[in-house]
Amino acid sequence: MHPAPSVIVFTTLSGLGFGLLLFLGLGMPDVTGWVAFVFFAIAYALAVGGLLASTFHLGHPERALKAFTQWRSSWLSREGWCAVIALLVMAPYGAGLVFMGESYSILGLIGALFSLLTVFTTSMIYTQLKTIPRWNMKLTPAMFLSFSLAGGALLSGQIKAAMVLLAVAAVVQVVYWKQGDQALAASGTDMGTATGLGSIGEVRAFEPPHTGTNYLLREFVHVVGRKHAAKLRIIAFTLAFVVPLLLLYLSPHHLGALIAVLSHLVGIAVSRWLFFAQAEHVVGLYYGKR
Amino acid sequence: MTQLPQSTDRKMGLVIDLDTCVGCHACVISCKGWNTENYGAPLSDQDAYGSDPSGTFLNRVHSFEVQPTPCQSNPAPEAQLIHFPKSCLHCEDAPCVTVCPTGASYKRVEDGIVLVNESDCIGCGLCAWSCPYGARELDQAEGVMKKCTLCVDRIYNENLEEVDRVPTCVRTCPAGARHFGDLGDPNSDVSQLVAERGGMDLMPEMGTKPVNKYLPPRPKDTIEEQIDILAPLLAPIAEEPQGFLGWLDKALDKLPGGNA
Repeated sequence: MHPAPSVIVFTTLSGLGFGLLLFLGLGMPDVTGWVAFVFFAIAYALAVGGLLASTFHLGHPERALKAFTQWRSSWLSREGWCAVIALLVMAPYGAGLVFMGESYSILGLIGALFSLLTVFTTSMIYTQLKTIPRWNMKLTPAMFLSFSLAGGALLSGQIKAAMVLLAVAAVVQVVYWKQGDQALAASGTDMGTATGLGSIGEVRAFEPPHTGTNYLLREFVHVVGRKHAAKLRIIAFTLAFVVPLLLLYLSPHHLGALIAVLSHLVGIAVSRWLFFAQAEHVVGLYYGKR
Repeated sequence: MTQLPQSTDRKMGLVIDLDTCVGCHACVISCKGWNTENYGAPLSDQDAYGSDPSGTFLNRVHSFEVQPTPCQSNPAPEAQLIHFPKSCLHCEDAPCVTVCPTGASYKRVEDGIVLVNESDCIGCGLCAWSCPYGARELDQAEGVMKKCTLCVDRIYNENLEEVDRVPTCVRTCPAGARHFGDLGDPNSDVSQLVAERGGMDLMPEMGTKPVNKYLPPRPKDTIEEQIDILAPLLAPIAEEPQGFLGWLDKALDKLPGGNA
């Protein structure tokens, strides 16, 4: 899959933002006034910034409101609803903490629930696609949720929770990579089933339909970026999990925590880039590619 | 509404004969021609006459080489070249419809055709992601999703001669490799053709239940020792040159420089 910057920015930032909102909704940290304002400002900037970035890849962003109509069948529509509900419910909860020093904890709980649901629905947009075996796994929502929870704990300064959740996310990441590497082969789809000619013998792509490229090849067959995948995995893993864990262990203070957050953010972005760049869409089989 | 209908009254679709298709791409051109100037946004091209041309097509013809597995009756089978037209299969369980967040993608109850309402399409591309067959392409000029309409503006069009009320790819095919009809009716010509020739689904494991069927290529004839009845008459009359040519042949052999 083509690793579009808008989608990588969106899933990385909004995952972190909704993770932070989740912890704020649960009253962690228990802050009011200016401190609460800063926390909520960061959470909203990340979540809303991510959502805005996601509209950049639309052909017709001005019609984006129509995307709220099909929540019965479409995960993308459900994601829109969950995000809007989470942001709307968290606003009065945040205002209560910032301006009145009051905690309307029921609003916080509802907001936290919908923040979690937003991340889950985002992950289901990818998980539902049988056409991309590397995404069509139960580990995909586990990965999105564990990343979001770990990032949220890190950002909200919950040192102990962050250390546990970062370790969990790290394990999920490794298992996801391991299982994902076998997903296409395990799906049973190959050039034989794609063309229906596999029952005759070995199928080889002889000639593509055209000499140039097309939308399908640009969008679904991204082979170039996989060259450095192994190195990028190490970079992603180190920045997203190892460095933050070490920093939290060695110097759990403001500067250390800030570097840990930035390192985590960059690591997750690299991991998300790999999530797209390494994903093989079965349509590539018609072109003899994967 | 992007929920799929429980069932459709008819299942209009195509049957594509891989044994007959000659790979001329006439269906590709007639499809682009008809659909760029009729229903919906035109099918744009980018850099059409430049060094990196690309464009939106609803039908594309691939070519595959198949090396049949050797068996006892045919230990050294010849490779087969198979031309493979591919367009929307108008699946019964179309994933492209249910993923659509706006309701722009829908499957019609009356004939099962999968269409895009372009004025509702936000161009998110998720339907193209969900299609295993690469049947949907986001038009780069219009920013909306384009796909085969089964020429919905031809097949019911009473302004056209009756013979023309079929998809333009079917009407154009010079080899008769494309057939159009109701695959939900077991007595229709297309259904009987599918039953007779063992019509198959592409990627059945995806669970999309495609309406369009592909007829597999028939096994190739074995190439016999001598198939040309004129061959005996065309055999060289003299194996060894005689007369002047015979003398020349021997004389040249005697010259230094070795024999050819």
